[in-house]
Amino acid sequence: MTQPLVDVVGLETHFPVRKGLLRREVGAVRAVDGVSFSVERGRTLGLVGESGCGKTTVGRSILRLVEPTGGSVRFDGRDVLATGGADLRGLRRRMQIVFQDPYGSLNPRMKVRSILEEGLIIHRLGGADDRLERMTRALARTGLTAAALDRYPHEFSGGQRQRIAIARAIVIEPDFLVLDEPISALDVSIQAQVVNLLVELREQLGLTYLFISHDLSVVEYVSDDVAVMYLGRIVERAPAARLYAEPLHPYTLALFSAVPSVEPGRRRRRIVLTGDVPSPARPPSGCRFHPRCPLAEQVCRQVEPPATVIDGHAVHCHVAARELQQAGGDAAVAAARMAALMAPTAASASPAAV
Amino acid sequence: MATYLLRRLLLGLLTLVAITFIVYGLARNMPGTPLTVQMGESDPSRKLNPEDQERMKRIYGLDRPWHEGYLRWLGNVVRGDLGRSFSRKQPVTTLIGERIGPTFLLSGTALLLTWLLGVPLGLYASARSGLADERATSLLLYILYSFPTFVAALFLQIIFAVWLRGTSWELPLFGMSDLPADAGWAARSVDIARHAILPVTCQTYVSLAYDSRFIKANMEEAVRQDYIRTARAKGAGPGRVLFHHAFRNTLIPLVTLLGLSLPGLIGGSVIIEQIFTWPGMGRLFFESIRERDYPTIMGLTLMFSVLTLIGQLLADLLYCLVDPRVSVE
Repeated sequence: MTQPLVDVVGLETHFPVRKGLLRREVGAVRAVDGVSFSVERGRTLGLVGESGCGKTTVGRSILRLVEPTGGSVRFDGRDVLATGGADLRGLRRRMQIVFQDPYGSLNPRMKVRSILEEGLIIHRLGGADDRLERMTRALARTGLTAAALDRYPHEFSGGQRQRIAIARAIVIEPDFLVLDEPISALDVSIQAQVVNLLVELREQLGLTYLFISHDLSVVEYVSDDVAVMYLGRIVERAPAARLYAEPLHPYTLALFSAVPSVEPGRRRRRIVLTGDVPSPARPPSGCRFHPRCPLAEQVCRQVEPPATVIDGHAVHCHVAARELQQAGGDAAVAAARMAALMAPTAASASPAAV
Repeated sequence: MATYLLRRLLLGLLTLVAITFIVYGLARNMPGTPLTVQMGESDPSRKLNPEDQERMKRIYGLDRPWHEGYLRWLGNVVRGDLGRSFSRKQPVTTLIGERIGPTFLLSGTALLLTWLLGVPLGLYASARSGLADERATSLLLYILYSFPTFVAALFLQIIFAVWLRGTSWELPLFGMSDLPADAGWAARSVDIARHAILPVTCQTYVSLAYDSRFIKANMEEAVRQDYIRTARAKGAGPGRVLFHHAFRNTLIPLVTLLGLSLPGLIGGSVIIEQIFTWPGMGRLFFESIRERDYPTIMGLTLMFSVLTLIGQLLADLLYCLVDPRVSVE
């Protein structure tokens, strides 16, 4: 196996909570609390989870747009968290990001030319005439023309702005892109175009993606591997096809049951979770999902579940681990058992759906 | 552009008529007249007999109802005549002309100092937001902001004109100059500068505190935006992010603030000019109200209103320069 392009181990990003006149630190919001994954060159890792689970913070921490408080991030073998100054700038040329809101992410005071050119100037890519060619090429790749260069962001629609944001990211020829909910703010009619554009760019430019989204169907379409996050941790991770076919974690099952089906005849059993997501400032003991998990047992309240890995499918769940063991390591059998165990909650929650 | 300016000009004229109408009405209906205030109150022996009073009233046009007086004043203004001061026996334009220089010296210096210190201070505070040094600075600025100028003026006068008397730190208590008009140019400049230190300090510190807090608040708003993260992701250094991306986006509110401070530049500060007996516009305004000197009150009102309207218009035009999304069309 080759060395992964991005290797994250035990990443922690805690935001201090300060109170009082002296602003003493009274606690911390553990937005990201021990996240590990790796992405190989040319592949796409989808990161899913509900709002507030820390997935956006993971993306920003990898690029050091927020400072992680622990763990390690290696990019192409180099320690991202230990670099600074010119080295960090060099890394930033190779690691770029596209934000969710194309209305907020482009400086309203700068023409598209300056927005694109700034990165080239900072990283000393090309001379003055060469820069124009690079910018035109980047715009063309995203379906825009050089006419866009002399206009301001407010003169474009949301979809066009997101194309500009993507052109802005690829113009300095990065290897790795963090896509932080890149289509969530767009009209549904535009979403598919932008997703297809991102897939094309990945093929053409050999890019590696971290695709952050709460849209499970888009993640399935785009990703090679998918990780599910809950309350600052990854609870399950597998190749996309495996995860969608054989989900093992109760949270993943509940998440998937919430996706509306496009097949008219087929109705899903919706698993309704009770209670709210606990505060990341005071995460629960043991398994973080136990207060809301219908299958929670005594051990779940006390012991943090370690990863159980079968053929690259990792799950952090005591119950799923036991089922996997009983099924002799057959994930398909274990997944069916987990679904059956979860079924009563679904039936009781929406009896009409049975 | 031309139609926009024309519309703003017409609207401005209407506003001027409304303002002056209201102020004239208020001034004329205040208790007392220029005659009673001027002579009767200070020296009963000089009190005019009723016939003389009636005669004077007729001369000044005070026997007519106030709205007629307003129309006559307005007619004269249109012909370029602001009238003569009742109490000072001089044309109002001459009075204003004498006072504009000292006020401009005081307010202009204060405004310049405010912006020269306020902008870097605001930027510094936003760059180091939440750290101990910034919070100490901000606390100090907050205290200054809530400290009234008239109290500060008295403290400064006690310290520099009384306690430090006889030392090289002594500063004049009030006035603009102690030297005769024929003293040398250089000597007078130094003398005026020494007289200006305390009033300028008073006029600067409050607006300095206000402006830097305003800039800091706007910067903190700008720094939270996604395009700042984009800039950092591009690899832009902290200085470039702060000035090129964040500060440029805070220019609009700053331009508004600057536009609003224009009338103060000429209008001066009533309180500070009064405390330091600085011969400026603010003091003239205060005295003309006390003396019920209607022509002077109205002349000054007209000038302040015009300046306020011009300041707003300039700010609106500057928006187009600093924000590509704004256009006058």
